[in-house]
Amino acid sequence: MIGLIGHVTSSLAHAGPLVRLLVTVVIMLVSAMVVLAVALLYEGAATYAERKVAGDIQARIGPNRVGPYGLLQFVADGVKLLIKEDIIPFYADRWLFIGAPYIVFTASFAAFVPLSYSEHVSVADLNVGVLYVVAISSVVSMAILMGAWGSNNKWSLFGGMRAVAQIISYEIPIVLSLLAAVILPASLDMKDIIVYQSGGLGIFRWLVFNNPFTFLSFFVYFIAAIAEVNRTPFDIPEAESEIVAGYHTEYTGMRFAFFFMAEYGDMFVVSAIATTLFLGGWQVPIIGGLSMPVWLREVLEVAVFFAKVFLLIYVMMWIRWTLPRLRVDQLMDLCWKYLTPIAFFNLVGASVWVLLLHGRGVYDLVAGLLIH
Amino acid sequence: MEAKKIFDILSGKFGGSIQQLQESTFPPSVVVGSDAIVEVCDFLKKAEGLDFLSLVCLSGVDLKEQGRMTVVYHLGSMKHGHMIAIKVELDRSSPHVRTVEKVWPVANWYEREAYDMFGIVFDGHSDLRRILMPEDWEGHPMRKDYVYPKRYHTWDV
Amino acid sequence: MAVADEKFMQVSMGPQHPSTHGVLRLLVRTDGEVLSSVKPYIGYLHRGLEKIAERVTYPQFTPFTDRLDYLASMNCNLAYAMTVERLLGIEIPRRAQVIRVIMAELNRISSHLIAFGSLSSDMGAFTPFLFGIREREAINDLFEMVCGARLTFNYIRIGGVSQDLPEGFTDRTKEFLDYFPAKIREYNDLLSYNSIFIKRLADIAVIRPEDAFDYGITGPNLRASGIRWDLRRAEPYLVYNELDFDVPVGRGEMGTTGDAWDRYMMRIYEMEQSAKIVGQCLGMLAPGDHTAKVPRVLKPPVGEAYVRAENPRGELGFYLISDGSTKPYRLKIRTPSFANLSIVPKLGKGVMIADLIAIIGSLDIILPEIDR
Repeated sequence: MIGLIGHVTSSLAHAGPLVRLLVTVVIMLVSAMVVLAVALLYEGAATYAERKVAGDIQARIGPNRVGPYGLLQFVADGVKLLIKEDIIPFYADRWLFIGAPYIVFTASFAAFVPLSYSEHVSVADLNVGVLYVVAISSVVSMAILMGAWGSNNKWSLFGGMRAVAQIISYEIPIVLSLLAAVILPASLDMKDIIVYQSGGLGIFRWLVFNNPFTFLSFFVYFIAAIAEVNRTPFDIPEAESEIVAGYHTEYTGMRFAFFFMAEYGDMFVVSAIATTLFLGGWQVPIIGGLSMPVWLREVLEVAVFFAKVFLLIYVMMWIRWTLPRLRVDQLMDLCWKYLTPIAFFNLVGASVWVLLLHGRGVYDLVAGLLIH
Repeated sequence: MEAKKIFDILSGKFGGSIQQLQESTFPPSVVVGSDAIVEVCDFLKKAEGLDFLSLVCLSGVDLKEQGRMTVVYHLGSMKHGHMIAIKVELDRSSPHVRTVEKVWPVANWYEREAYDMFGIVFDGHSDLRRILMPEDWEGHPMRKDYVYPKRYHTWDV
Repeated sequence: MAVADEKFMQVSMGPQHPSTHGVLRLLVRTDGEVLSSVKPYIGYLHRGLEKIAERVTYPQFTPFTDRLDYLASMNCNLAYAMTVERLLGIEIPRRAQVIRVIMAELNRISSHLIAFGSLSSDMGAFTPFLFGIREREAINDLFEMVCGARLTFNYIRIGGVSQDLPEGFTDRTKEFLDYFPAKIREYNDLLSYNSIFIKRLADIAVIRPEDAFDYGITGPNLRASGIRWDLRRAEPYLVYNELDFDVPVGRGEMGTTGDAWDRYMMRIYEMEQSAKIVGQCLGMLAPGDHTAKVPRVLKPPVGEAYVRAENPRGELGFYLISDGSTKPYRLKIRTPSFANLSIVPKLGKGVMIADLIAIIGSLDIILPEIDR
């Protein structure tokens, strides 16, 4: 859509600078609104899906009262959260308490921006997209600590401390794993990375299949990502059986909903990053090589992208409703004693691979052998 | 082991402190003088062949008509599978008995309960507070002459 | 209660806390995540059952025993009925004895299912809890057939049981027993041998046999420490001496004997044994009376008795003094959870917050019977 701005502004070359600025701002606002609407719709759908998946796993039905198949359950939940009393504890640090949910939500929402949903659909084609997402999602830990401290509640404080320790620790394996992947396309631009993975029937040139190190990196990244978004078995910051509800113990109504939506937003973002970097993004498998109208290709690409993302989100839900929770020290052990060393190993291995084979992946090698 | 035999062993060891054997109760009980209770219990726990390793139950009993209060210690041995009750009779106006918490740590809580419910004071207890009732409750509810309060703080009871 | 030492934070866990299994308050002093001391405060559910007992007649007190351990009401009924019967010197017809054993063991299974489920949800896995509830429903249906109630049964009465088994009960129980072993395997696959679960519980809060004796620990918690003591075997009541069943003891399979995992696993093993007992008892059901001839007004002779029975949570004893009137002179209720909880201050030193939850959950305490 940045491209759209450039296109429109260049066609308005004869207009005054003020008009150009105005048009730019309007386009930006509209595209932000569109993304926000899509994000909210996704978050509603995700909460519904989570409850249905949980129901399925737990030998029960799940929501089935509001609307057909309970589809409107998230609307009812949203309305309920909106009209609930908004309580700010008397001893809370007002500004920190009020500010935290907005920052959490904004950070989680801002991470949607550089994602490449199809060849032409993206909000902003940042050339440092990956770096941007990693940076912006770290802001979440600050906001969580704000909320935890601001609540002036001991359980919240426990949760906040756990969350910060966890998120900061798990950033390291995440970044290292991402690095192991991006050294192949040698770009931080989401679109470039996806384009790099084209070919090979739209499957075999995915970075996850490129070499053994990126293959491992994908799993390291995915495990660390589950920890990054605070989901079971790594949900210790909000472990309800230990520390009540962790950092959002004191939050009610819409403020609570912001934390809640941010969690689902983060799930989408980390899954989208995994899809983009490892699973070929919006590359349409098999039929992608055929010629087809642009609009059909775009639709297919968006559908493929979301399908991959939702598959990963489903896996996260599946894990959540199956496994018990780790203890806080075991969680740190997992990060520092296992994931981080493995991620380092992957980075070195992938670098050597790139250096020796000039970026050719396993598929290229095998295909090369078959041709000769 | 038979209750009679336990009684004889105890009598041999502690003489006059072992006052009476009641065989009609289930399990049979031995009435012990209150000043020797800790020593008797310690002996029962450690003596070869007795091994009353567990304090199964400790109850206060208010015998208002007789002007007495009783503390009943039900002891059990998981090694030999026998049981015995040890009774200590106390003066109802000021019930005092030494704590057996050093012998069986679980007595800590049982004695707190007996104190809470009957006002029996266990001398030497490390933490003799009310356990079931609120800390500022007045009176000891399980006494036979307990008068129900009309109010507790702002509530009608 | 001022904070005496700046180094520690004083946190009140409960009376409203998701995993204190009722209204239990634990005052914990923590240094970060590590506890330096735990102080339980009980009595929030004190209803004065012992005082009530002195004001109602013997049969009238039976419903109150339902409210002791509401997850194992049948067993509580049974222990009380046995106490009064001993003072009265009533012989119970054989059919009533067999029915009582069936009920006691079915209730043991349903109680252990809750213990299994609540420990799993304390550990952050909510799904096994619902699986446990699913099987418990089947048992509740059986109880509903028998006496119309699903929680507080008041079925085992002084002299026998309130009514004979309904038609079809045997078949439905057999049906349940047929599929139940498969469910236990499912629990084991899902939770018992899950490596995170083992990591959370193995070697945590080890109760050595000496401590178990000192603190009056009974039931599965005692057996987990390696002591083969089960009142059903040691002092057989009803028809237990004719039945073939094992008394499982802790062997330290995953760590030290007497750790939290052993305590958890005792319940799984005991469910298997109880199912075995119920199966045998169904075969022993011969026509006969379901209750002995009991006089309309019960006036036990002057005397006292302490009678105990093996409850799912340990030894439940009633110390009953009769003065020859229609009401008990004194009824002391020795409940297993009371003694089991008293070891928590000892176990809770130097563990982490999450471990304290594991301790409470693995001891499987229930508050109504602690507070009475």
